[in-house]
Amino acid sequence: MSKLLLLLGTKKGAFLLEGDETRRDWALRGPFCETWPLNHVIADPATGTIWGAGGNEWFGPAVWKSTDLGRNWTHSSQGLAYPEGEEPVKTAWSLAVADGALYAGVQPAGLFRSTDGGESWEHVQGLRDHPSRPDWQPGGAGLILHGILPHPDDSAQMWVSISSVGVFHTADGGRNWAPRNRGIRCDYNPEDQRYPEMGQCVHGLAMAAGGSHRLYQQNHCGMYRSEDGGRNWQSIEEGLPSSFGFPAVAHPRDPDTLYLLPLNGDSLGRYVPDAKAAVWRTRDGGRSWQALRNGLPQEGCYFGVLRQAMAVDRLQQAGIYFGTSTGELYGSADEGESWRCLAQHLPPILSVETLYVPGHVPG
Amino acid sequence: MILADALARLFPGAPRLQEIEAADVAALLDALDARWPGLRDRVADSTPRIRRHLNVFVDSQKACLETPIAADSEVLILTAMSGG
Repeated sequence: MSKLLLLLGTKKGAFLLEGDETRRDWALRGPFCETWPLNHVIADPATGTIWGAGGNEWFGPAVWKSTDLGRNWTHSSQGLAYPEGEEPVKTAWSLAVADGALYAGVQPAGLFRSTDGGESWEHVQGLRDHPSRPDWQPGGAGLILHGILPHPDDSAQMWVSISSVGVFHTADGGRNWAPRNRGIRCDYNPEDQRYPEMGQCVHGLAMAAGGSHRLYQQNHCGMYRSEDGGRNWQSIEEGLPSSFGFPAVAHPRDPDTLYLLPLNGDSLGRYVPDAKAAVWRTRDGGRSWQALRNGLPQEGCYFGVLRQAMAVDRLQQAGIYFGTSTGELYGSADEGESWRCLAQHLPPILSVETLYVPGHVPG
Repeated sequence: MILADALARLFPGAPRLQEIEAADVAALLDALDARWPGLRDRVADSTPRIRRHLNVFVDSQKACLETPIAADSEVLILTAMSGG
């Protein structure tokens, strides 16, 4: 029988929720990875290999790996380091599989590539060679490369997100990078400098389905859409309850559908507006928004949801999932129309991803 | 040489108590890394120096990577108090 796994990175290790295509019942397994804080847990749908990026205050950064759906784990940081004398890598923050390679984003911001499934790593030097790097300023959580978005059809192209620095794009496999932040507001600059080339605080980056160059971005200062791979961005925040939030998750098949989870504001506690939880959905590329609240707590709700803590599955009616700073996991099996709490009392959830494991067809 | 339990757990099969010949702490970590690949990375960062929340003691004295080790020295690799 086919399985659907929800992969959770938490402050205290990785957890897996295992269910099936009905998405009714879920079995929780974990914590894995010696309860290390894991910022991002992902899987390669082609092989079922699971990786977890994290770091431990005692033992430094590592990427954990399981090839048996979480039963056994190994870890490696071979090559996941800057040259001697530079500020060492503190933790691994983000992962992505692209064109047979595994990529890891780290703090302080940089990108590493593994071509042996996470056993060893090489630095993608071109990004840190960008002339703007001396001006990269850490955000509240540090100078972090927290988002990696490979192009689905062109292995030479990739976008990365660095907090308080912005989006960078490569078209040549990582040798050269260019900022992609035009049109994004930076509310913390003087009024005549609010649209700089870089220095914007990207929070979440998503590519619309369909192979176009449409990107969506949740920024510290607003919500944006780009129709040209990030060269130019337009605000789509009108109709949202707040311009602040972290995740942005695109529908797996409809390029006009996007899910957000706005929070009340960066200096107001960073919880859901009015202490009522809602996922916000657009079905027209950001021209209008609907709040999806059915089944979500509507009073006394003070959780936040971080940038990597919302995900979709690819089943016929897409499932949407998000994990909270208070350790609850919510899921919808009907594209956001109704929600259930799938797990609670977990450690703060830092990331949510999905893995569909096809069943064996009797031969 | 004695490894902290939390460190030994990261390397299944690694005994907490081992006898190792090494001239200094850096050489000791190299020897451990040869037997248990990746162990040096867990103890020292790329600066290189002992990680901030770990302590290495040679004959009860807090050590750094350059600290010499005698033939009969006792070396402890311990996790520091971390958190609050």
